[in-house]
Amino acid sequence: MALTTAPDPTRRGTGSVRPDANRRGTGRIRHGEGLAGYVFLSPWLIGLMGITAIPMLLSLYLSFTNYDILTPWSEVEWVGLANYERMFTSDTSWWHSVRVTLSFALIAVPLKLAAALGVALLLNRAWRGVGLFRGLFYLPSLLGGSVALAIVWVNMFNRDGAFNSFLALFGIQGKPWVNDPDWALETLMVLAIWQFGAPMVIFLAGLKQVPTELYEAAAVDGAGKFRQFVNVTLPMLSPVIFFNLVLETINGFQGFTAAFVLSNGTGGPVDSTLMYTLNLYITGFTNLEMGYASAMAWVFLIAIAIITVIFFSTGRFWVHYSDGEDR
Amino acid sequence: MVADTVAPTVATRPQRPRSRSWLRLVVLLAIVAVVLYPLFWMIGTSVKSQEEIVNNIGLLPRNFTPGNYTDGWTNFDVSFARFFLNSAMVSLLTLVGNAVSCLLAAYAFARLRFRLRGLWFAVMIGTLLLPGHVLIVPQYILFRTLGLVGGEWPYLPLLIPQFLATEAFFVFLMVQFMRGIPRELDEAARIDGANAFGIFRHVILPLSRPALVTTAIFSFIWTWNDFFRQLVFLSELSDYTVPVALTLFIDSTSQSAVGPMFAMAVLSLLPVFLFFVAFQRMLVEGINTSGLKG
Repeated sequence: MALTTAPDPTRRGTGSVRPDANRRGTGRIRHGEGLAGYVFLSPWLIGLMGITAIPMLLSLYLSFTNYDILTPWSEVEWVGLANYERMFTSDTSWWHSVRVTLSFALIAVPLKLAAALGVALLLNRAWRGVGLFRGLFYLPSLLGGSVALAIVWVNMFNRDGAFNSFLALFGIQGKPWVNDPDWALETLMVLAIWQFGAPMVIFLAGLKQVPTELYEAAAVDGAGKFRQFVNVTLPMLSPVIFFNLVLETINGFQGFTAAFVLSNGTGGPVDSTLMYTLNLYITGFTNLEMGYASAMAWVFLIAIAIITVIFFSTGRFWVHYSDGEDR
Repeated sequence: MVADTVAPTVATRPQRPRSRSWLRLVVLLAIVAVVLYPLFWMIGTSVKSQEEIVNNIGLLPRNFTPGNYTDGWTNFDVSFARFFLNSAMVSLLTLVGNAVSCLLAAYAFARLRFRLRGLWFAVMIGTLLLPGHVLIVPQYILFRTLGLVGGEWPYLPLLIPQFLATEAFFVFLMVQFMRGIPRELDEAARIDGANAFGIFRHVILPLSRPALVTTAIFSFIWTWNDFFRQLVFLSELSDYTVPVALTLFIDSTSQSAVGPMFAMAVLSLLPVFLFFVAFQRMLVEGINTSGLKG
């Protein structure tokens, strides 16, 4: 791996005999370096303030107003918690979008990770051709998020699409899946699972780290392949599983492009593909209810934060870090 | 591998691999077929006539119809040449912006000591998980207030954030990379009289090339494929990038545009595919590293 020259976060204060050990220990800032630090950091700092922090505060303020882009600032009305109240109590399409997003993430993410792990296990041996397979499986992850692929997908699961041609081989009469409210979201899930390559690559790297001695020891103890998988592979791989789970779940919540293309920006048929971010877009940029959209954005942000905290606090119970790994 | 003959499972091993590896190869090839089918189907459909798109279920067209490409290219009032140029410009400038600004920030985080560094680093890590969709409304309002949305040059709202190191992912990737560069090199340069800027220029910059290349590749591909921000900020047809232009095909309800739509979809993926072929190893390993170290 070209880039994995082990980072060394423990460099400071390890009592090493490096020439700079003392300076590091005292934490004094070398003359001029503090200034240089801020010079190099300045683009990032300006970005943090102008592109991230101020917009966040602005959106927090807007979430308590009835702002739409058309009325001048002087006429913007403070509406208190009305936007939030509307969201939780009377906006059925908001609740619907929450359901759509949750079911998308809860179904597509585990299946995608299972596919990724399964294929990674198949590839986890050094033999000729591994590189080729790995590359081919990774390709969808590069292409899959594009509008072009979403277009392909919609047509593939349409009435005359490839999927129905395939079903016809078995004498099954298909239907226009993308126009069926019961199936449209499922086609998007399949698109997500099709992109299993990225987590697969991370699983493969994780599998390489599992010491072969552990398998040998397990075999000596009479463990079969399945027991080895459950008792050696899974625990040793749990940090990588955890990482993929967090990343893919958060990505899953943000699915936009495919839902937009499938429904031509409406979330249809019958709101079945109204992903949260698509609902946010429609509210803010089609209906121009930017105050309300800001409230939706903040609820989304808090939800993602809560989910991340839940992941990290439950992770303690099942993520196994072997000795020597710092985290 | 295991040379011992302690357990029976180990003893029978030499027999198994051959049949097993055949089975594995068959399974893998089946998965390859499923994974690649949509791509081949897309290419096949892009050269089918309208009549065949409905009736011919095979991958290959009976009547090769390359006309879809010329039809698609000029399907709208503005030709796809313009859309491709727009996309290329946005993607390349984003690439430059990310590479430069993230490298500067990463150097500060990885090598320089200054007040509040720990705090800023924690904030940067925090923005890693911040969904971009959350900020789109206020960013739109701010850029619009500044007169940059639909202004002289409508790409500024897309590009300004990229020149301000807002892609925390790349900052993080480069910090991790720089931590692997031996500090002895910095010290040697310092003894030769170099200050923080000299060390950056003569030590860190040349040695960070692999991280810069990874950043450049991902930056280009992600921006090329990005749809959400371009959809929000571009409103004039002649300013459209390829992804936004492709959605115009969906609007046109007439079925006659399916072939041309597929042709343009194929062309739009071509740059990404070429990047993939050229940098396959780097891409896979790049995501690997960033992933594992994340």
